[in-house]
Amino acid sequence: MILSLTLNGKQIQEDVSSDLLLIDFLRAHGCYSVKRGCETSNCGLCTVFMNDKPILSCSVLALRADGSRIDTLEGLQKEAAEFGAFIADQGAEQCGFCNPGTIMNAIALFRENPDPSDDEIKEYLAGNLCRCSGYEGQLRGMKAFLQYKKEASK
Amino acid sequence: MRYINQPIRKKDAMELVQGKPLFLDDLARPDSLIVKLLRSPHANAMIEDIKLDTALKVPGIEAIYTYKDVPTNRFTLAGQTYPEPSPYDRQILDQHVRFVGDPVAIVAGETEEAVNKALKLIKVNYQVLPAILDFHTAKDNEILVHPEENWRSLAPVGADNKRNLCASDTDGQGDIDNVLSECDIVIDHVYHTKANQQAMMEPFGTACYIDAYGRLNVFSSTQIVFHARRIISNALGIPKSKIRVTKPRIGGGFGAKQTAVSEIYPAFVTWMTKKPSKIIFTREESQIASSPRHEMEVHVKVGAMKNGKIRGIDIYTLSNTGAYGEHGPTTVGLSGHKSIPLYRDLDAYRFTYDVVYTNVMSAGAYRGYGATQGIFAVESAVNELAMKLQMDPVKLRELNMVREGDTMPAYYGETANSCALDRCLNRAKEMIGWDEKFPCKDLGNGKVRSVGMSLAMQGSGISGVDVGSATIKMNDDGIYTLLFGAADMGTGCDTTLAQIAAECLCCDLDDITVLGADTDSSPYDSGSYASSTAYVTGKAVELACTKLIQQLKEYAAPILESDCETLEFDGKQIYNPTTNASISLVDIATSSMCGNSKALEVTVSHSSEVSPPPFMVGMVEIELDKETGAFDILDYVAVVDSGTPLNPNLVRVQTEGGLAQGIGMAMTEELQYSDKGMLRNNSFMQYKIPSRLDVGKIRVELESSYEQTGPFGAKSIGEIVINTPSPALAHAVANATGVWVRELPITSEKIIMGMLEQEKLS
Amino acid sequence: MLTIKNYVKAKSLAEAYELNQKRTNRILGGMLWMKMSNASIQTAIDLSGLGLDTIEETEDTFSIGCMVSLRQLEEHHALNTYTSGAIAESVKSIVGVQFRNLATVGGSIFGRFGFSDILTMFLALDTQVELYHGGIIPLSEFVTMPRDNDILVRLIVKKVSLTSSYLSHRKSKTDFPVIACAVSYFNGSYRAVIGARPQRAVLIEVPNEILTADTKEKNAELFADYVASQVTTGSNMRASAEYRLHLTKVLSKRGYLQVVQLQQTGGNMA
Repeated sequence: MILSLTLNGKQIQEDVSSDLLLIDFLRAHGCYSVKRGCETSNCGLCTVFMNDKPILSCSVLALRADGSRIDTLEGLQKEAAEFGAFIADQGAEQCGFCNPGTIMNAIALFRENPDPSDDEIKEYLAGNLCRCSGYEGQLRGMKAFLQYKKEASK
Repeated sequence: MRYINQPIRKKDAMELVQGKPLFLDDLARPDSLIVKLLRSPHANAMIEDIKLDTALKVPGIEAIYTYKDVPTNRFTLAGQTYPEPSPYDRQILDQHVRFVGDPVAIVAGETEEAVNKALKLIKVNYQVLPAILDFHTAKDNEILVHPEENWRSLAPVGADNKRNLCASDTDGQGDIDNVLSECDIVIDHVYHTKANQQAMMEPFGTACYIDAYGRLNVFSSTQIVFHARRIISNALGIPKSKIRVTKPRIGGGFGAKQTAVSEIYPAFVTWMTKKPSKIIFTREESQIASSPRHEMEVHVKVGAMKNGKIRGIDIYTLSNTGAYGEHGPTTVGLSGHKSIPLYRDLDAYRFTYDVVYTNVMSAGAYRGYGATQGIFAVESAVNELAMKLQMDPVKLRELNMVREGDTMPAYYGETANSCALDRCLNRAKEMIGWDEKFPCKDLGNGKVRSVGMSLAMQGSGISGVDVGSATIKMNDDGIYTLLFGAADMGTGCDTTLAQIAAECLCCDLDDITVLGADTDSSPYDSGSYASSTAYVTGKAVELACTKLIQQLKEYAAPILESDCETLEFDGKQIYNPTTNASISLVDIATSSMCGNSKALEVTVSHSSEVSPPPFMVGMVEIELDKETGAFDILDYVAVVDSGTPLNPNLVRVQTEGGLAQGIGMAMTEELQYSDKGMLRNNSFMQYKIPSRLDVGKIRVELESSYEQTGPFGAKSIGEIVINTPSPALAHAVANATGVWVRELPITSEKIIMGMLEQEKLS
Repeated sequence: MLTIKNYVKAKSLAEAYELNQKRTNRILGGMLWMKMSNASIQTAIDLSGLGLDTIEETEDTFSIGCMVSLRQLEEHHALNTYTSGAIAESVKSIVGVQFRNLATVGGSIFGRFGFSDILTMFLALDTQVELYHGGIIPLSEFVTMPRDNDILVRLIVKKVSLTSSYLSHRKSKTDFPVIACAVSYFNGSYRAVIGARPQRAVLIEVPNEILTADTKEKNAELFADYVASQVTTGSNMRASAEYRLHLTKVLSKRGYLQVVQLQQTGGNMA
């Protein structure tokens, strides 16, 4: 079936099979930031935006994205670098495998709620697992970033 | 110092946070054959017949291999220095399958779809055999996991396949039975730790291709490129000269990738077909057929006098290596050798163990490597001793714990030359407010708050075994390339090793290019495991840089018409302080590329005769719901002595990450098998690693000692950090409820059932 | 591995119903559960183009389309005011925000899963299910019906004078519940719904006659004892039947107290 969507601002039309998952479509289109860490929708590594909402691309048929806007970290490189620098300053990126999904979802949170509390951060990102960092360094990085944004907007 | 003990950003950090394609499946050739495995549904069975004809007809299928197609020589997948202590008990595929998930056939095809289809069409007849699923019954059971005649043990570890023994030994000093009989009090309990999965976010994966020279190139998410080369050579029966192993960025390892879990399958496919191939494990495969922590039952006796003096420790460990012996003979040793030495001046100790084969997935290396299991047992026993003595467990530690300068008989007689454990204990106590909070406070609303603690130690590399090497060479413009065979699996060793080089060579970090882990180009390294990289390979880097400076001086001496000994190096130039003659490194580098026959390049290999332990103290405060048994971590404080922290950011994050992993082990993680040997926890839905809502608040401080034998005083950090949560949390639960949970994980159910039991008794 | 031959974005419920009569065809919910199966589906039927992804509030009902996401439930202000935040509480532990953006009310209820927080929650409300073919029936009746080829179009939650609470016990914060417990009071009586027993949720109407004590704490004990006496629990890898029964008592006691507290303050716990 013909799938037509906007990927990172670019219009794409393609004939895809009915059971193609969005994650596989995205990786086939060079969006390698989208990682697969499980088959049970638990890890959050494959997080992308569908019409601005964070979703798990491993759990959506590509065809269900028909007519949608899909954004991956490839389309958010400036934001990723700006925010990611604060994670890097903690050494909390560690292996880096969970970073794209976590950073996508953190960007989604900051867009919804530019001034989240620690608890709000933890709750929003609960579906993004990380096995390296113990989460504390990520939290420090996020808070430092939010502080920086706050001061920049003054 | 410019770079040592500085919170430097990792060299690869910005690429990683932007999600660049740096991992195995991002970089594998797109024309790779897809490799998948048909796995056994039985815990113990002989394959009677395999029918492949319909599966082979699926369009796009390249090849299907069974036990009939592979070499019959046995080998181990354990990444260890040769001769490996782990027995040679595997084939690539075997007619005898020994656990649910053991590979039966390798299928390679052009698309995932074709391979999946073919997998369904392979028909296998099994002769199902009775299986050993309870490790208590394994030793001398009439069912043999490895009855085969060509099973081999290369090292004297007490292995005997005709008794289901992977290893067995005893060690000790003094007359332990007599000492324990003289003690006023003896704590005598069995502590049971379960198998856990490392659960790194990136599943196992390997891609292979044949290069211009007809050699097998193995590109793998591995911690052990050199060992992997040997393992593949053993498995395929081809010379090592035909094999190259390299690695991309690794999405976490924690020891899982110290075993060649995925490499041999695509290696075999590519060698046979000469076509590129790749295998990417699913999470399910990573859960059910990989290399988890050894389940252990540790029987501890701790004897002490009424005044709190600990006089003797006696340990018997029963370890479950599963269907194959990877890391079986070695992990078990740490359960005694890295727990007993936490206590000084023992009149006697004894450490005995058996490691047994069973029909569950093979265990392997997991951060902590046996020490985690032993420390849960010994630290729990010492906490129980404190409660029995009605003594503050901190005081009991102050009275008995190892101090700087002590010799440690149970730690191979090594001396604790760098040990800040006392300072760690003091600081941890202050941070958590131990004196105010111990043992507990009832909040009066059904909730109780309590504290618990644990000491821990580990090693820094394997003494007299691990080898780290570094090559440093000068390039154009006086920049350097640093080559080593250690594998950065996210820990940041590419950066910390470069920090050491930049410090030694007085240059910018950006002037050090690192190239890690390629068997063709890296100098030999045992690999990134056993907490060895910073300590062993780091020292090699330091030595190599010192030697390169000497070489540069020798190069400059004739140019500057000076004696080599009079010359100085300042990172920019070589100069003679008395004549003021100088030559810049840029000029040296430039001249070295014209009419020169002296290489500006040094390789140093290093091995250490000692393995200085890092030490740490973990203390936790929990809030426990007395009606449900549920508890939350309010505050976890940890103070670590890892010698000089080369990069305090990375040391801190290692610690926080290890604590979170340890908290998972303590609270939720366990591998549970059905009565048919099927692993129930086959996904992240059924195997719950902590989310950021589960870990509570973690606070880490570093309390450094200086280790003379390490680079700039450094010891290890990678493994020790997982050891304290289980005993500290069990202690806090006991302080809140009086219930000692001696079998992990510490679930609310076990707590409540223990409390109900107590009520019944009282 | 799930395979799907054809994908149809239904243009009408009639078309979807027609397609769904074939045994090998399936309606897609959020697909989170279906994706993990090994099903071979001939035609996957997507309802996402039918405008069923909204929560409509009228004077006396909430009408919740089957394609409404769990995240929409969580964030719906009126629904959470009505339930004193119980609905948000019932979904907030389900994996993560991205998951809840995908998982649908229809999928959760139609599956009638044993572990379902959603089913547990809605059984505690005055909820009806609108089936395309079967019409409008109480949720409590739907729960016991065998799976068929009908389509769950929406949930209709009648607005009554309600107080409700939701509690669950989990081994980790985003795991399935070990036991889930919704307690509510409307139309003059208390009820408790116990889910994740681990079997599917059961509704227990607690007769007012048993709540005879003079303090709410004592009544809470009576309430909990009654609920526990009516519930059968089982064992699985997460917990034993015995512990689940223990938790049933603890959580129904607490749920009752929360509801009574809400009645007394008339306030909103959330």
